[in-house]
Amino acid sequence: MSAAGPGGTVVDMIEARELTKRYGATTAVDGLTFTVRPGRVTGFLGPNGAGKSTTLRMVLGLHAPTAGTVTVGGRRFAERPRGLRHVGALLDASDVHGGRTARAQLAALARSNRIPLARVDAVLEEVGLAGAARRRIGGFSLGMRQRLGIAGALLGDPPVLLFDEPLNGLDPEGVRWVRGLFRRLAAEGRTVFVSSHLMSEMEHTADALVVVGRGRLIAEESLAAFAARGARPSVAVGTPSPGVLTPLLLAAGAEVVAEEGRLTVTGLSAARIGELAAEHRVVLDRLSPRRASLEEAFMELTAESADYTAGGAR
Amino acid sequence: MTAAVASVREPRARFRDLVASEWLKLWSLRSTGWALLFGALAVATFNVGTAWDHYRYWYAYDEAARVAFTADGRGLGDAFTGNAATVLVLWCAAMGAVAVVGEYGSGGIRTAFAAVPARGALVSARALVLAVVHAGFGAVVAGGSFWVSQAVLSLRGAGVSWGQPGAVRLVVASALLAPVCALAGMALGVLLRRGAAAVVGAVVVLLVVPMVLGEERWATAVAAHTTPFRAWHRLASEGAAGPYPWTTGGAWLVYGAWAVGAVLVTVVAVRRRDQ
Repeated sequence: MSAAGPGGTVVDMIEARELTKRYGATTAVDGLTFTVRPGRVTGFLGPNGAGKSTTLRMVLGLHAPTAGTVTVGGRRFAERPRGLRHVGALLDASDVHGGRTARAQLAALARSNRIPLARVDAVLEEVGLAGAARRRIGGFSLGMRQRLGIAGALLGDPPVLLFDEPLNGLDPEGVRWVRGLFRRLAAEGRTVFVSSHLMSEMEHTADALVVVGRGRLIAEESLAAFAARGARPSVAVGTPSPGVLTPLLLAAGAEVVAEEGRLTVTGLSAARIGELAAEHRVVLDRLSPRRASLEEAFMELTAESADYTAGGAR
Repeated sequence: MTAAVASVREPRARFRDLVASEWLKLWSLRSTGWALLFGALAVATFNVGTAWDHYRYWYAYDEAARVAFTADGRGLGDAFTGNAATVLVLWCAAMGAVAVVGEYGSGGIRTAFAAVPARGALVSARALVLAVVHAGFGAVVAGGSFWVSQAVLSLRGAGVSWGQPGAVRLVVASALLAPVCALAGMALGVLLRRGAAAVVGAVVVLLVVPMVLGEERWATAVAAHTTPFRAWHRLASEGAAGPYPWTTGGAWLVYGAWAVGAVLVTVVAVRRRDQ
């Protein structure tokens, strides 16, 4: 295996190439190509029904792609006889039998992969479930099940970790803990791939993003690049004489939207607007550039691809 | 950023770890022990109940019938009755189905296959555990039924010993009916993936089909002889009735074919289909 530049080796990368999955007439995943690299947290973002879970199942070999390939460390995951030391995955926290205790659930998983039993107690300790180890999972809250699922993913100390909507059901303390855990796993050089349908969840967690909508790739870039290219930056301008300023701005090539005595200007920097106002002796009582939020960037990019928009045609 | 994760070091994958894992999974469910205990009592009750009935209403038979019953060793028939076999088939098929559909229902099957991408090996290990547990279950139920029912009949001097022709065959055939039906139930569970559908499927395939197929026509007789329930009937009786007789060897072969076929169906189904 050759080195793949800074941040890790090809051993730990997830590589999807023209990945496609169709169920009858429905195309769930449509020609997805992306690479998830080690040493960072990569967010896998998209509205509900965008094909995120289907993609993760194909990464894990649970579903066979209709076309294209996806490999982990250069190999299809399904070719490996045992998985826990290669990829740790939390697909759905409810994917467990409620009749077992947390410890029994993890002990059976560990045994199948020849992982020593001591590791079970270590991961239960790590996720804060040591006290509940001998309780039945059926009595667990969703947050506790998420922690148990994360414990299962950590069991094999794998270089690649997949989490499908891991923040669901966690309380604020739990969310902070999971974010810290993801950051630490990435800092240790692991590949961390986390799906979510909420941009706000990724804003403080991910370094890079893979954004999908309706099974297609919308963006694959760093968090900063994604924020910058999403909604265009605008400037809020307040003036007692909008009738004078607006034609000047339009002449300078800006787009102006007037509402409630305020102008929202796109296409010109705040500095340039200030200059124009000064040249023509127009009084400004407000001049503030607005940074587009990640949420806005995400909404704008995925709006066209959202499958189930409130009030929209079905 | 430091690359703390070097290349993965992994011990060689062994089938016996999967078997141990499946063994842990099965016995970590409290319901397993209860289901086996309840099933054993239900099946045994049908056998011991029949023996008790013969004991209790012994006075209702005339002298000739009592002598014939004892001389012919008909007490053996109480060691494992057709009703008990029917209950055994149902119970074991349902337990075999639950061993997989429970996981399909909860999604636990994805957790299992993500941990062990060698799906065929995983379900083979589960089939082995299921077969061993149910063989033990069948041995206890059939052996226990023989012992208790004959003890009851011996109070009338009508019990038979292990030396009775066909006694060992009846007990072994009844014991092995359990793993054969558990494996068949598991295969149906993997194919249908839903508990209710799998149980209905098992009732149809394992009980209704053998009951409706008659012995009088060659085609239906041969079809009937391919079912495990009718194979049990053949092994439980001395000689074959009807115009199209078959050997006990053929009946054992049917048992084996169902066990092997069920495992093959299970392995092929989980390997080929999306999970």
